[in-house]
Amino acid sequence: MPVTVFTPTSSEDVLSAVHSALAEEAPLEIVGHGTKRGIGQAVQTAHTLNLSGLVGVTLYEPEELVLSAKAGTALAAIEQLLAEHRQELAFEPMDYGPLFGGAAGSGTIGGTLAANLSGPRRIRAGAARDHILGIHAVSGRGEAFKSGGRVVKNVTGYDLSKAMAGSWGTLAIVTDLTFKVLPAAEAETTLAIRGLTDDRAANAMAHAMGSSAEVSGAAHLPLLVAGSVAAGLLAGDAATLLRIEGVPPSVAFRVSRLKDLLKAAGAMQEIAGEESRRLWRDIRDCVPFSDEKDRAKPLWRVSMAPSDGHRMVDALRREAPVNTFYDWQGGLIWLMMEADPEAATLRSLIRRHGGGHATLIRATASQRAAIPVFEPQSASLAQLSARLKEQFDPKSILNPGRMGF
Amino acid sequence: MSGLAMPRSDEKTLARRAEIVAALRGIVPGEGVVETVNEMRAFESDGLTAYRQLPLVVVLPETVEQVSHILKYCGEHGIKVVPRGSGTSLSGGALPLEDAVLLVMSRFNRILEIDYPNRVAVVQPGVTNLGITIAVQEDGFYYAPDPSSQIACSIGGNVAENSGGVHCLKYGLTANNVLGIEMAMMNGDVIRLGGKHLDAEGYDLLGIMTGSEGLLGVVTEVTVRLLKKPDMARALLIGFPSNEEAGQCVADIIAAGIIPGGMEMMDGPAIRAAEAFVHAGYPLDVEALLIVELDGCEAEIDHLIGVVEKIAIGNGSITCRISQSDEERLAFWAGRKAAFPAVGRISPDYYCMDGTIPRKQLPRVLAGMRQLSEQYGLRVANVFHAGDGNLHPLILYDANNPGELEKAEAFGADILRLCVKVGGVLTGEHGVGVEKRDLMPEMFNETDLDQQMRVKCAFDPEHLLNPGKVFPQLRRCAELGRMHIHQGKMPFPDIPRF
Ligand SMILES: Cc1cc2nc3c(=O)[nH]c(=O)nc-3n(C[C@H](O)[C@H](O)[C@H](O)COP(=O)(O)OP(=O)(O)OC[C@H]3O[C@@H](n4cnc5c(N)ncnc54)[C@H](O)[C@@H]3O)c2cc1C
Repeated sequence: MPVTVFTPTSSEDVLSAVHSALAEEAPLEIVGHGTKRGIGQAVQTAHTLNLSGLVGVTLYEPEELVLSAKAGTALAAIEQLLAEHRQELAFEPMDYGPLFGGAAGSGTIGGTLAANLSGPRRIRAGAARDHILGIHAVSGRGEAFKSGGRVVKNVTGYDLSKAMAGSWGTLAIVTDLTFKVLPAAEAETTLAIRGLTDDRAANAMAHAMGSSAEVSGAAHLPLLVAGSVAAGLLAGDAATLLRIEGVPPSVAFRVSRLKDLLKAAGAMQEIAGEESRRLWRDIRDCVPFSDEKDRAKPLWRVSMAPSDGHRMVDALRREAPVNTFYDWQGGLIWLMMEADPEAATLRSLIRRHGGGHATLIRATASQRAAIPVFEPQSASLAQLSARLKEQFDPKSILNPGRMGF
Repeated sequence: MSGLAMPRSDEKTLARRAEIVAALRGIVPGEGVVETVNEMRAFESDGLTAYRQLPLVVVLPETVEQVSHILKYCGEHGIKVVPRGSGTSLSGGALPLEDAVLLVMSRFNRILEIDYPNRVAVVQPGVTNLGITIAVQEDGFYYAPDPSSQIACSIGGNVAENSGGVHCLKYGLTANNVLGIEMAMMNGDVIRLGGKHLDAEGYDLLGIMTGSEGLLGVVTEVTVRLLKKPDMARALLIGFPSNEEAGQCVADIIAAGIIPGGMEMMDGPAIRAAEAFVHAGYPLDVEALLIVELDGCEAEIDHLIGVVEKIAIGNGSITCRISQSDEERLAFWAGRKAAFPAVGRISPDYYCMDGTIPRKQLPRVLAGMRQLSEQYGLRVANVFHAGDGNLHPLILYDANNPGELEKAEAFGADILRLCVKVGGVLTGEHGVGVEKRDLMPEMFNETDLDQQMRVKCAFDPEHLLNPGKVFPQLRRCAELGRMHIHQGKMPFPDIPRF
């Protein structure tokens, strides 16, 4: 059967698409710009619902720190609009495009929530889930519903907006979103400590994060990776990066405090302004593992307690050839496997080192078919997740199988 | 209870009380089961004291296994369960039911682990909010969300209500500061969501649980984020001739890119009541008072204080004092923190509301409130988390005057309707509970509410956990699950395609 692509331009269109899909029992694959289509278990449906025509910022009140947009609105357009008012989405959503060979700057605001995107500032500001205020959506039952609102403080009813975060389009099709926005920092400086091993870097990052310097990014690039960000700026040695943002006098003060605090750690260098921004963008988008020659290599995204990450990696290195770097003080580990995905080994090592989870972000179709892309859950948690899915999408017509069910 | 319909008591359960008590004693030995009327009195209401009801029996488990067994037993026998933390809910979330076991979590009062390298604490749900900060403050850390009830309220209750506080403007609500929980479900399953890692896997069940008011599961452990205490804090106390100027000042501060550690506002009646009570040195010739607190390093505070001061003057402030010491800063706060008891002094009773509005609607909502105040013949004082638009109108009344409580409740309901009308919501941090339950249709239509109830069905299909709260009308899960397939046919006639 040929794949039919539908491009609704209103939420009414989305609703009638779901009605038809239900009537015909023909599931839909839900896509925005398709930048993250390679993530998750492959979805095979007769029809595709492409939301990229459902566009427009419907409300933006900078002094109220709130923005609403239709789901297909380009994230880049929203970020541009916010930048014009010196504001931003503080959770720094990553751009998955380049990892899969796509152009940078693609992706929709709906996909941002569906994948619960975040970036280096996750350690301070949280992820999309922490900034979503309200949604309108169409469930797999073919019903349009809303949740939340446009104000930050709101405990009226269950937070179904958060339920959409990280649901990969398997519960409902979000048509409208309202996010909290925040002022962008006036200035930023990154302190780079050079030449640290992973374990010493973990110590330095924990030390910095536990200080009152208000670090808003803490990453460690081992030697093999350091050269592949910011056009080679950090080539030659491992780099442990600490970002300070704020008003200029505050940034200067906190950077000097941090240097003082870590002076015994190793040689240091300061990177300011646009160069610093570029550096963190590259870390955010996992640029070190986006190179064309690497695109066939399996890539894992692992989330663990920050101080456990490097121990797990150390153990994994003894089992398999792997290339890696760390964000979130060591709690986000990007792992590029030189050969096999080694799913079982990796997941058992994660369990042995304090727990967490691994998502197979990039892999061949056959690997994705053979390996659970998302971390398998305990029986009772898996049952609860399945019951939740059933309450939103009983006929399983929205991205069936994408998250493994 | 003033006209509030609770789910009908199950006669069979009431008749089996002795058997149920015995079964609970089998699960929780010793003092853990409380069944005499006298002893149960202590639990008959929470912070919403207008509503009272003795429970069937009170049980105070000490271990997760006991919680799991209690829920499993109750689940198998169709017995309702109401979870309770410290009982400070202002919306009646922990109000007992005649035919329900009251499951009190206060004996879960241990801090299990403090992990500074990862800046998290793992605690039992009965630990008080302030107890967490006290455990880590000597090392320079704290737990950020700070409800005014923090000396008493439990972290489990905070998760259930997604509680907020003055510092939430900059540091987020409970939902943004909890990384993981363990919970027991009505079928006895014990599940972990999240942990010390930053991203929880799979569906954001943690996000759903936070603010779910004890209707989905019983929280048995909480992993919270700890923050390093800022170097210092300074506050500005700014007086304005009217609420409009104060509101504009708040908007301008935020438009200047500043997110203060706290930004609170009081209206004329609240200022005067607070000043008469604590003598904080508040100016009495103003109609609105702002407290703006800036925290961080000295260089930052020095810089921002100047900016905020200029904005205040630009908006026509009558007075603007800047704290020169921590004592002075705390004095600025003393009146605000004592606003509730201060109002309690000028009126026999008061009723605290909790709507949130888009900030710019403040003048309109305050004007509407003045009008309603005249209409109902009841006074109202306002304290306001100005930075995030969360209003706490305090309605003054005298419960000894027949009909006045009902009048206060009707006045409160009208205020919340107004909040919704201007784009706001029914409750910012106190929860729906029983109090705002019947107002839910002001904000949500039937489809919206049905979908929320379906989430409940995924967790508790028999509606045994905390029934009668949040939802105006509980519909059976079988009925909610029914689907009406609209007759429609592919190809989509009215959808653009390519
Ligand atoms: C003077 C005063 C000031 C207040 N100030 C604020 C404020 O500034 N900000 C704010 O947000 N709130 C405030 N509150 C409201 C209240 O303190 C909070 O809602 C608090 O989180 C309730 O905690 P608790 O332990 O007392 O919970 P309870 O009152 O015992 O229960 C509240 C709800 O949580 C559920 N629950 C409790 N424990 C658990 C558990 N372990 N698992 C599952 N469900 C559970 C109950 O079923 C109930 O629905 C204030 C209350 C008072 C009395």
